[in-house]
Amino acid sequence: MRVIKIDKKDWESGVGKLSGDYSLYGPVKQGAFHNFAPLEKGQMPDLDYVNTRMSPKSVVYPQCETMFEYTLDENQPDHHVNKEIPKDYSPRAILGIRPCDVKAIDLVNINFDNPEYQDPWWVQRRAALTTVALACNNPCSTCFCTSAGTGPFDDSSADVLLADMGDYYLAKVMTEKGEALVGKAGFDQDGSAEAGAIDDAAKAAEAKITSKIETDKLGDKVTTELYDADFWEDVAFACINCGTCTYLCPTCWCFDIQDEVQGTDGCRMRNWDTCMSALFTKHGTGHNPRPNKTARVRQRFMHKLKYYVDKYENGIACVGCGRCVQQCPVNIDIRRVCDLMNRFEPGKECA
Amino acid sequence: MQNPYLPIPVRIDKATIETEDRNLKTFKFVYVNPEDEAKFQYKAGQFGELSVTGKGEIPIGIASSPTEKGYVMFTVNKVGLVSTALHNMKEGDIMGIRGPLGNWYPWERMEGKNIVIIGGGFAFTTLRSSIVMLLDPENRKKFGDIHVVYGARSPGMLLYRDELAEWEARDDINMHITVDGTDDPDWKYNVGFVPSITEEKAPKGDDDTFAIVCGPPIMIKFTQPVLDKLGYKHDHIIMSLENRMKCGIGMCGRCNIGKEFVCKDGPVFTLEELNSIPKEY
Repeated sequence: MRVIKIDKKDWESGVGKLSGDYSLYGPVKQGAFHNFAPLEKGQMPDLDYVNTRMSPKSVVYPQCETMFEYTLDENQPDHHVNKEIPKDYSPRAILGIRPCDVKAIDLVNINFDNPEYQDPWWVQRRAALTTVALACNNPCSTCFCTSAGTGPFDDSSADVLLADMGDYYLAKVMTEKGEALVGKAGFDQDGSAEAGAIDDAAKAAEAKITSKIETDKLGDKVTTELYDADFWEDVAFACINCGTCTYLCPTCWCFDIQDEVQGTDGCRMRNWDTCMSALFTKHGTGHNPRPNKTARVRQRFMHKLKYYVDKYENGIACVGCGRCVQQCPVNIDIRRVCDLMNRFEPGKECA
Repeated sequence: MQNPYLPIPVRIDKATIETEDRNLKTFKFVYVNPEDEAKFQYKAGQFGELSVTGKGEIPIGIASSPTEKGYVMFTVNKVGLVSTALHNMKEGDIMGIRGPLGNWYPWERMEGKNIVIIGGGFAFTTLRSSIVMLLDPENRKKFGDIHVVYGARSPGMLLYRDELAEWEARDDINMHITVDGTDDPDWKYNVGFVPSITEEKAPKGDDDTFAIVCGPPIMIKFTQPVLDKLGYKHDHIIMSLENRMKCGIGMCGRCNIGKEFVCKDGPVFTLEELNSIPKEY
């Protein structure tokens, strides 16, 4: 790791130099919200944003993508056979991704890249990705990253971490990918003398995050007891199973596979899916192991805060970005649910 | 990079109607590219994703035995979009399979032991695979006594009837075929539900005896107390589950029960393992 200094007056020209080597993504304002989007040549990421509405997971894991193509025309060779298609795995960089969102990519990676199976599209896109994270000087009131295994200045997953110091950025270059990117941008001013300022800014930012969850007892809970806890009906009472929480969550990875045909041309697609949908688990016979919204809401929280914890021993599957808290139409708050789960003791009523 | 979502092309070599309601058909697939057979080396209890272009994929237990070479066989209940499309396909048509997927019945652990196979309805497919595998001369000597309790609603709803008759005639396997009811005066096997026939015919549970149970939820529900009564320990009761699946490789996130994915950590679990996870199946 080394620290470099980037004067803001040099930022735009540096980013400009990157566009030949990388497809660039960054936060841009779309209507009332910010989202991550491809940056056109000359377009700058809007680094004054606080949090984006959607997470940046679509850069490595598109909401819809074609898996295979085929023809149903029996006069064609290889008809009815799924074929791989060329995909773009050229280098891409996200500028201004938040540290929590980079961490989320690492959490999801455990699902898509494991010893038994590798999802080729995820693995290759992630390999092509360089992340230039932007530390949070002013977190939102809904942020609880510091108690969710990350933090506003977390540099553990990013290739580069930018700290906004007013007229300039201090950048921690964490990886070889990060070195390659700052090299191409021409950022090489030594900032090591000021490295301590990053730690000071980190402490100040962490102090602003007063919203916290407790997760220390989740691993010790008995799954079936937590599953049978009396608070799930109450937690799920207002839920309308809209799935908003799952689509905007940076650590939700579930997907559906669907075939689409026009004439004799077909393709197999995969699309983000949501465990809030009844169809998600419905058997062909009509039997549904998660037959009601309470079962589905419980699945979402149990997955993030218990099943993932037990399966991977990698902490909770939540980075505390607060999107689901902000955007749930009925104000279901994962922080409250996490506390209910962490405090749960069988036989004792919970409120 | 190996793509675990890409089906191997196969040709429908034979499609056979199995049951009197015509809802179950057995498909025998041969590999379009013969070298693909080496990629599909499976064990009894595993499943595959059957892929019909234009329709989708369905996870189905493998009905053929690893000892049967040159083809792979699945018995499919007509129930939804893909299975209906499959039923309408004809011999010679091209489709795809992915796999083998999931774990298998714990043959390594059961070596040298007695095995009681308990099956009901159309969940007999991976049990057929198991029986054919066990009866292979090379394998038969590795296991102790073998009992099979298999039931269906009526004689016409039993799968693999010719083979059942062959196995009945053998002396190295104890068959206990049953139907819920029949008006056939020549019916020479049992009449009664699987749990009660199990109670009558199955050997007592001990350290050297394993029960493999696969069937509809109602059968499993009533068979379990019988096995308890017979003295089977929960880590000696082997069950195979099914849940809605898409990817079949633990990635798409829908078939989990607790922290276990039925597709990848299962579909085979001991009852002891199932006791510690929610009943979401």
